[in-house]
Amino acid sequence: MRIGIPDDGGPLVPATPATTARLVGLGYEVAVAAGAGAGAGFPDAAYEAAGAVVVPDAVAWAADIVAVTRAPDELAAPGPAGLRPGARGPDGLRIGAVLIAQIAHATRPELVRALANRGVTALALDAVPRISRAQSLDVLSALSNVAGYRAVVEAAAEFGGMFSGQVTAAGTTPPANVFVIGAGVAGLAAIGAAGSLGAQVRAFDVRPEVAEQIESMGATVVRADDAAQQVSADGYASALTTDQEAAALRAYGVETAAADIVVTTALVRGTAPTTITAEMVANMRPGSVIVDLAAPGGGNCELTVPGRRVVSDNGVVILGYTDLPDRMPRHTSELLGTAVANLVQLGTPARDGRLALDPDDVVVRGMTVARGGEVLWPPPPVAVSAPAEAQSLAGSSGGPRSRAEAGSPESRPGGAGARSPRITRAVLIGLGAVLGALAVAASPADQAAHFTVLALAVVVGFYVISHVSHALHTPLMSQTNAISGIILVGGMLQIGSADPVVTTLAVLASAVASINIFGGFLVTHRMLAMFRRGGPRAGAGEGSAR
Amino acid sequence: MSVESVVQAVYLVAAVLFVLSLAGLSKQETARRGVLLGMTGMGLALVATVALALDRSERPVGVTAGLILLVLLVGAAVGTWRARTVEMTQMPELIALLHSFVGAAAVLVGFGSYLTEPASGAGSGATVHLVEVFLGVLIGAVTFTGSVVAFGKLSARLRSSPLLLPGRNWLNLAALVACAGLLWWFLTAGASGLVPLLLMTVVALALGWHLVAAIGGGDMPVVVSMLNSYSGWAAAAAGFMLGNDLLIITGALVGSSGAILSYLMCRAMNRSFVSVILGGFGAEGGAVAPGGAAEPGTYRETTALEVADRLTAARSVIVVPGYGMAVAKAQYPVADLVARLTARGTTVRFGIHPVAGRLPGHMNVLLAEAKVPYDQVLGMDEINDDFAGTDVVLVIGANDTVNPAAQDDPASPIAGMPVLEVWRAREVVVFKRSMATGYAGVQNPLFFRENTAMLFGDAKDQVELIVQAL
Repeated sequence: MRIGIPDDGGPLVPATPATTARLVGLGYEVAVAAGAGAGAGFPDAAYEAAGAVVVPDAVAWAADIVAVTRAPDELAAPGPAGLRPGARGPDGLRIGAVLIAQIAHATRPELVRALANRGVTALALDAVPRISRAQSLDVLSALSNVAGYRAVVEAAAEFGGMFSGQVTAAGTTPPANVFVIGAGVAGLAAIGAAGSLGAQVRAFDVRPEVAEQIESMGATVVRADDAAQQVSADGYASALTTDQEAAALRAYGVETAAADIVVTTALVRGTAPTTITAEMVANMRPGSVIVDLAAPGGGNCELTVPGRRVVSDNGVVILGYTDLPDRMPRHTSELLGTAVANLVQLGTPARDGRLALDPDDVVVRGMTVARGGEVLWPPPPVAVSAPAEAQSLAGSSGGPRSRAEAGSPESRPGGAGARSPRITRAVLIGLGAVLGALAVAASPADQAAHFTVLALAVVVGFYVISHVSHALHTPLMSQTNAISGIILVGGMLQIGSADPVVTTLAVLASAVASINIFGGFLVTHRMLAMFRRGGPRAGAGEGSAR
Repeated sequence: MSVESVVQAVYLVAAVLFVLSLAGLSKQETARRGVLLGMTGMGLALVATVALALDRSERPVGVTAGLILLVLLVGAAVGTWRARTVEMTQMPELIALLHSFVGAAAVLVGFGSYLTEPASGAGSGATVHLVEVFLGVLIGAVTFTGSVVAFGKLSARLRSSPLLLPGRNWLNLAALVACAGLLWWFLTAGASGLVPLLLMTVVALALGWHLVAAIGGGDMPVVVSMLNSYSGWAAAAAGFMLGNDLLIITGALVGSSGAILSYLMCRAMNRSFVSVILGGFGAEGGAVAPGGAAEPGTYRETTALEVADRLTAARSVIVVPGYGMAVAKAQYPVADLVARLTARGTTVRFGIHPVAGRLPGHMNVLLAEAKVPYDQVLGMDEINDDFAGTDVVLVIGANDTVNPAAQDDPASPIAGMPVLEVWRAREVVVFKRSMATGYAGVQNPLFFRENTAMLFGDAKDQVELIVQAL
């Protein structure tokens, strides 16, 4: 099958030369529109070198599988133009084609409807179920990461000072104070980026359990105990109660007034609550910068204008950019491309260049927003939330368990079943002791002494060995083996016999036993010489032992 | 003070040294001292024995001395040569082979003892001696062929799958009954006792062969330590027939230590000792495998470069080696990889299952050979709780010891066996040659887990690629 990478107008491209090579390796023919990767710094020649063919844009749109970064609005346009093969632009999407894109299906139902009408199978990269198996497809968190980083870069560009404190001949400058609201993926990325530029970072999140993550990124946790929520069951923040909200707003007010840079990333179930009021902005120092990562959802700051840079009356810069990932096209494209390649790989188990998506796979089901003329969004709730994981695990752990329960004769109940071998063992030991005692009693007195020695040696051997560490089993075994070469003593004592047959036997026995002694000890020694302790003590401690 | 009494005193010292030697070997810190104590004890015992042998010699002392010297020279030459040239990966074979030597020596000493002191008619003393000779030869012969078969299986000269004769347990029992009958004949035969003794030797040799041939390659660690135990009992039996306490003490030490080791290992595999000894495990695994075969889903393949990326990002890494690492001789590149990661500040540790490899402690020896510090190498109990907080686990050539089915699937042939819980880590990379099953013949659901990636190919090559990519 052919995968088309059209030029969707933006700087991003959902396939890099590296991921193109992976797609080719999966057996696909990859057709890249001329100039599709230019915005991200990937020239056409690089794609050709990776095994793709460079084609006009319309040809790329007409492929069996089309991957774009965002589904363009033109696709929503109804009408026969959409059915015209080879047509210029997005209208050229074939009937029955597979579209891989960020579709933003929740806010664009008309687009999903139009795709379904055209029989397109639409796989939304922004609808990947949040289960661990699907992590490699999850572009949302990857892009959040990029956005968080870029937010700090944008803020640094707007801010009239340096992030890290400097000591110069002409005086010292303090480090910038950065306040991050919301420690999700984007927030944590922003904390990391600001911290590595040298700023002092403080961060706040209504979920108490992320405090540790904030600290792990090197920021100070702002505590507002009244605002703290219960530990969330699903890892997402929920809406605050009125009291909590008031407490949180008080904390925001104190922190923003002291901050040079505020990065706000609060999203509650897809909508942006207000974290920074106009009044707080008025209290901030002129020249401070607010980056509102929630701008696509309307913004956390009351003064935010999505997609724009605005300056408040008191000179605070408020950035409401909604295209932060696009501003780092190279790496964003790499992340998108990897996700697309991972998705295609998931759908190509045979590596034969044929997309065979398993519609019952929870990951695929969750991503499919349209297929076979039907709108499949939203997916059945059971398929994306917690029960879905249990379902997907059923293949590995649940299945065998239920099977075993069906065949329960094999599973032994512990109590009654375990007792009978123990009794058997006790009986056997008793029998052995009686037999041993009889043997001792039947043998002459000097032999009885030997039995005493034997019994004591067995007990000693038992105690000496039972605490041996696993690591030393092999050396121990070769050592005991060497020691059991002591049978050489028996052989040597017979060598002096007058009977030539006995002497021959004894010489043979002694020879093999002495191989044992020399070989066993030497090899044990060799093994142990290799064991050494690591760390600082190695040099001093082991030097003398060698 | 005769030579005899001095020799007995020296024997006592040697016996104590042997006990201390084994005690020393149970800890890393004292292990080397343990070996030296053992060598000293052996040296003392040999000097004393040579003195005693020359004292008792029935032919010219010079001839006896010459023969003893010859024997020691041969032993020293061959033993030193083997010890120096053996590859650490072949250690299990060498040890199995050495066990067979003890068995052979016990048989020969038994015959020698019978010929020097033939049954002198009546008297309970004579009967007891005959019983001792008989048992000594029996145990020695079983040890000899058993070890030879174990050696053959370990060195791939023999097929490692279990040999399953119909009614194999009855065959073994029949052999034992036959030996008991021969013992009766031997005791009553008087001067012509050599015939039943020889017949019994043949039966015992066959018994040893069949016993071990019926045990699958995966159980060889237990078999080797069991044979170690047998070789000890053979020496102890020789001590009884010669009336030599040093042999009895040493033999009993070795015999009980081997038995303990076998027991510890069986517990590590959650198998009863009897079921291992009776053999046939590998075949059962194959028959039950359908339970696993129905289940597989899709597995995810990865590349050395991707693994290198993940390792770079990881803060904690655990390496779980298995027999596959020994086969690929990958311990040096693995050690190199670990050293590099450690130098970057990554926490890297090794997790060793008690029965990883073909000999208990096999992995530890290989890693020590590659100069991995031993405090970086942890046992199963020490590390099992740490997997949950680990970023990346590299499973190199291990299979059954990391099989979650042992915990999840009561119908699995390895159900209940303690395993390394690698799947609790964030990511698991499994190095493997193919999707084939492990020694137990059981499918491994680990490979199909969401957080598992498979890296196919020769472990050594792959690890080297990762090292380069780093």
